[in-house]
Amino acid sequence: MLTIALIYPEILGTYGDGGNALVLVERARRRGIDADVMSVGIGDEMPDASIYLLGGGEDGPQRLGADLLRESTFVSRVRDGKYVLAVCAGLQLLGTSFAVEGDDEYEGLGLVRAVTRRGLTRAVGELLVRRDHDVLVGFENHGGRTELSAELEPFGVVERGRGNDGVVDGFRTSKIWATYAHGPVLAMNPWFADEILSTVLGRELEALGTVADDLYAERRAAVLHSAASSRRP
Amino acid sequence: MGLAMAPRLLDDLARARTVVLVSGTNGKTTTTAMIAAGWGRDVATNQTGSNMPAGHVAALAASQSSSVVLEVDEGWMTNVVPATKPRVITLLNLSRDQLDRSNEVRQISERWRSVLTGNDGVTVVANANDPLVVYAAELASNVAWCDIPTPWNTDAVSCPRCTLPLRFNNNSWWSECGFSKPLKMVTTLHEELVVRGTSLPLDLRLPGAFNEANAAMALTALSYLNVDLTEALARVNALESVAGRFSLRRWRGHQLRLLLAKNPAGFTAMLNTLRADGGDVWVAINARVADGRDPSWLYDVPFERLRGHRVYCFGDRRLDLATRLDYAGVDYVVVHDEALLPPSNDVINVLANYTAFQDWREKSGPC
Repeated sequence: MLTIALIYPEILGTYGDGGNALVLVERARRRGIDADVMSVGIGDEMPDASIYLLGGGEDGPQRLGADLLRESTFVSRVRDGKYVLAVCAGLQLLGTSFAVEGDDEYEGLGLVRAVTRRGLTRAVGELLVRRDHDVLVGFENHGGRTELSAELEPFGVVERGRGNDGVVDGFRTSKIWATYAHGPVLAMNPWFADEILSTVLGRELEALGTVADDLYAERRAAVLHSAASSRRP
Repeated sequence: MGLAMAPRLLDDLARARTVVLVSGTNGKTTTTAMIAAGWGRDVATNQTGSNMPAGHVAALAASQSSSVVLEVDEGWMTNVVPATKPRVITLLNLSRDQLDRSNEVRQISERWRSVLTGNDGVTVVANANDPLVVYAAELASNVAWCDIPTPWNTDAVSCPRCTLPLRFNNNSWWSECGFSKPLKMVTTLHEELVVRGTSLPLDLRLPGAFNEANAAMALTALSYLNVDLTEALARVNALESVAGRFSLRRWRGHQLRLLLAKNPAGFTAMLNTLRADGGDVWVAINARVADGRDPSWLYDVPFERLRGHRVYCFGDRRLDLATRLDYAGVDYVVVHDEALLPPSNDVINVLANYTAFQDWREKSGPC
């Protein structure tokens, strides 16, 4: 049984982040795997789950999310080896500190050593991240600049957009995937959804052809093309 | 014309006229049209939907009428309010729309608040069921609170004052810090519409519960302009389409009803107007600059409600839509070649976001 916990969708769900839970559960079920989504609301007990999903949120909600998660069993569960997918504000929450309105060093959950400061500009637009042979396509909209400690591996190398700092995006540990590609990033990147499922379930998965493959091919080509045409000589 | 010039020009053009402003995420154009129609006289208005200062200047320059009603983009209120010195401001709602541009709805609410606080020359007609609107208007000198159905509040889950969770229950809402739904209503829309003690039987030609809420706000605004409300009601009831929205169109032998839906709140309202008869629905999605370039919001629309219908996917981002529908378990067809569409006898509802709606308006003809 695969259980997917969607954390505080009321405050960490600015950009259709709930789509990631839908994509994971559907791609599991279509392969005959028993899977379920648990929506964890403010005030709910943190349930036991196979993977926890953290989405994006505005400044106030992000601060509230950090406080609520700190008081919950989330941190100890992740330290005990549960999986996490974190996007946008969710990525920042997992780190040492992040900047919100009125506080440049708000305390994060400290699950990884990563510090987010305010960027000079807001990063708004398509994000393309290369990781070995894979390419992640998404959209970012954030004001952060995230610095990873030396031992923390980035999620991938930025080919278009900003990600953490214009060079790399997000981070990756054996249990955590984190990217600035916000909202329903798994909808646009079926390979990424399947990588997560396969890792969490601990086994290979058969291929699953869906219209999402066509979407991925189209977006990847569109963003690569615009990246090429906008590159300065 | 440079936008930097517009506020000064607006100031000059608006002088000595009675100005009504309408803003909010959804319903601006319709509510503006309702106020213009309900007023029952020649009105200067930006009916083309160009709702930034250049559009306001154009509307005011095109008409000498002393009565003005302008739709205002949410982000421009801080400029347009001081420039036009309105008699009435109507604030409908605030929710996510084009997030790649306007970033965060809470910031908009904060900016509205800065321009309304202590402003005693204006009556603010405000939706009491939207906490972000209430936060914006609560410190204005004259507020007419309207208790109208507002099903979408998922963008106001944390209190704009203290960020603790807001509680919603039985047509009421509150936060632990004391911020809560206002108590004294000028207008209520439950079984019937009552504006300042007058019962006004709504019988709109326009579809949907959301348009009844828009009408309630429009009639409340008109009540502060010495307009006979019974006559205004008849004129508002008779409105059939607004800037092409809801209108019947013909295209390649199909009869279409064009419905504009630009964001999760608007889409949800529009899906609620569809009959559960399993008929075909056409949906067109673009993500151009005017739409917001990020279609992530498709995952905040309850497309699951379209199960039982067959949905044809159009627009630049039809594959994003098809993927969303696939995961929602909705029967869909990706339309790559419009010439291959099957013929239909029934009127087909076409739900389209902003530029997709304009595309369909242009390529279809009147019925």
